[in-house]
Amino acid sequence: MNKVLMQGNKIIGEAAIRAGCRFYAGYPITPQNEIPEYMAERLREVEGGVFIQSESEVAAIHMVIGASAAGARSMTSSSSPGISLKQEGISSLAACELPAVIVNMMRGGPGLGNISPSQGDYFQATRGGGHGDYRVIVLGPDSAQELADLTMDAFDLADRYRTPVMILADGMMGQMMEPVIFKTPKPRAYPESFIMKGAGAGKSKIIRGLILDPLDMEEHNWTLDRKYQVIARKETRHELYKADDAELILVAYGTGARIAKGAIKRLRESGLRVGLFRPITLWPFPTNELRDLAKKIENFLVFEMSTGQMVEDVRLAIQGRARIGFHGRPGGVVPTPVELANVVMRKYDRKEGIIDHY
Amino acid sequence: MMKKVFGRPQSMKKNIFHYCAGCGHSIAHRLIAEVIDELDIRGITIGVPPAGCAVLAYNYFDIDMIEAQHGRGPATATGIKRVLPDRIVFSYQGDGDLAAIGIAESFHAANRGENITVVFINNAVYGMTGGQMAPTSMLGQKTTTSPAGRNNVLDGYPIQVSEIFSLLPGTAYIERCTVNSPASILKTRKAIRKAFQYQIDGLGFSLVEILSPCPTNWKMTPIESCRWIDEVMSKSFPLGVIKDLPAAAKGERKKGEQRHDG
Repeated sequence: MNKVLMQGNKIIGEAAIRAGCRFYAGYPITPQNEIPEYMAERLREVEGGVFIQSESEVAAIHMVIGASAAGARSMTSSSSPGISLKQEGISSLAACELPAVIVNMMRGGPGLGNISPSQGDYFQATRGGGHGDYRVIVLGPDSAQELADLTMDAFDLADRYRTPVMILADGMMGQMMEPVIFKTPKPRAYPESFIMKGAGAGKSKIIRGLILDPLDMEEHNWTLDRKYQVIARKETRHELYKADDAELILVAYGTGARIAKGAIKRLRESGLRVGLFRPITLWPFPTNELRDLAKKIENFLVFEMSTGQMVEDVRLAIQGRARIGFHGRPGGVVPTPVELANVVMRKYDRKEGIIDHY
Repeated sequence: MMKKVFGRPQSMKKNIFHYCAGCGHSIAHRLIAEVIDELDIRGITIGVPPAGCAVLAYNYFDIDMIEAQHGRGPATATGIKRVLPDRIVFSYQGDGDLAAIGIAESFHAANRGENITVVFINNAVYGMTGGQMAPTSMLGQKTTTSPAGRNNVLDGYPIQVSEIFSLLPGTAYIERCTVNSPASILKTRKAIRKAFQYQIDGLGFSLVEILSPCPTNWKMTPIESCRWIDEVMSKSFPLGVIKDLPAAAKGERKKGEQRHDG
């Protein structure tokens, strides 16, 4: 497969098509409009492709529910305010155990916020987001290549666990261009028996999240929870970067991790032994892997383009075994690697100076 | 040999309705099931029940069904139908579901001319939640959230969904019926059958609105409820064929002949 230069949003679209996505519904919102535009074009070209520009984000996610139930690999995409609107349907996908891929190209918030890259939706994404007791698999790509790979993986994960999967990136990832190689997707392995297509001559099927008896609902909750535990055991992913000899570990994901890598290169040139721990799955969070790292490393610095959300998962993982500092730039500000390098440099030698966030 | 003249439709499960005495849902359910049997489409029909009293419709219909969140039925039905265009897809919605929280999903599915059928149960009240004011409640109608009666200044007017939707070029067939008498039930059955037939023929969006008694929340006897539909409700919501594009195209109906009496 040849290397091609593509914009992040279009990479997601192309990877989805190659992964067999045949249904997309969405509503325009910046900074992800290239995804629906790309899907509108490509879904015309592939057999059985359906593109709908929906009347709202709410309608889009419920169209995805119908399409998913009817057996199509289905996707919707949006940016922060639109993702808030989709939460009703994401909760339903989880409840009804239907696969779907949801892309969130995060922008500054809360409220309408702005259209600059941000990481302010980490809590919403990793804690379920909508009402009820459920989780969503959340993937945090940090490059064009990962946008392609993780988008394809997202469809496989969604099918395997019959659950919604979110790609959590931001305006930066969506707008930038990088070379990418599209891997050959795996053939879809989704049992026919889960697809609703009319009862034929057989027994009729019901897909529902309404379970009025609390004991039955409890059992459904535990069933979902057991599934989430399997996901947590099997699907957690992370990347270690220059961590072998590190005295301080930066923890960052997505665009934040790109900035961190840039900062680490500069810090290493100055002789500072700094590495990176990058969660690739944000839920399930690589808790054990980070905890193991804290056995040999005493200093961690969490960097996020928010006021501090993932830092809570880092604390839960490390459980006081090491010092955890935090540097954040919320609101759509994208700091430079130089700024982050300077922050690390100030804190590196004065380890007592690395203060806890909050 | 004895001829069987009455039985449970094949498309109905052997469950007893949970609906209140005198409620119109059970009649509407049965009519839909009879039509599905008649058209021999049980195996290819997918139903989308709503949030509301009919949320448990899948306990009664013996067809594939997928629940929709409140108001989202037409969006979910759209997703199904676009992926499986040769299946027969219908959503079943109440007045709060269609005309309040789901007005956007319903309106736009109609405007896109989705080749689906909507069965719209209008009982002028939120039933399952205990009788609150609905977008279709009558002016002056007392409900738990309009204790002094619906006031147009504060609460607006009963929404005529069928008339509004009939203005959309995407809609093929819209009829308003009721189920308050044997004659009206037969008319409703005909309307549902026509709506499904139009969908089978690929003619576009069809909607059958059914003025449906809710004795429990109207605080009336079933008989008083049936009378109220004739005397009050159908004055705001006139019965009849509101739009029949395929028939009009064939010239089967002339202007002015399109309404029938309840």
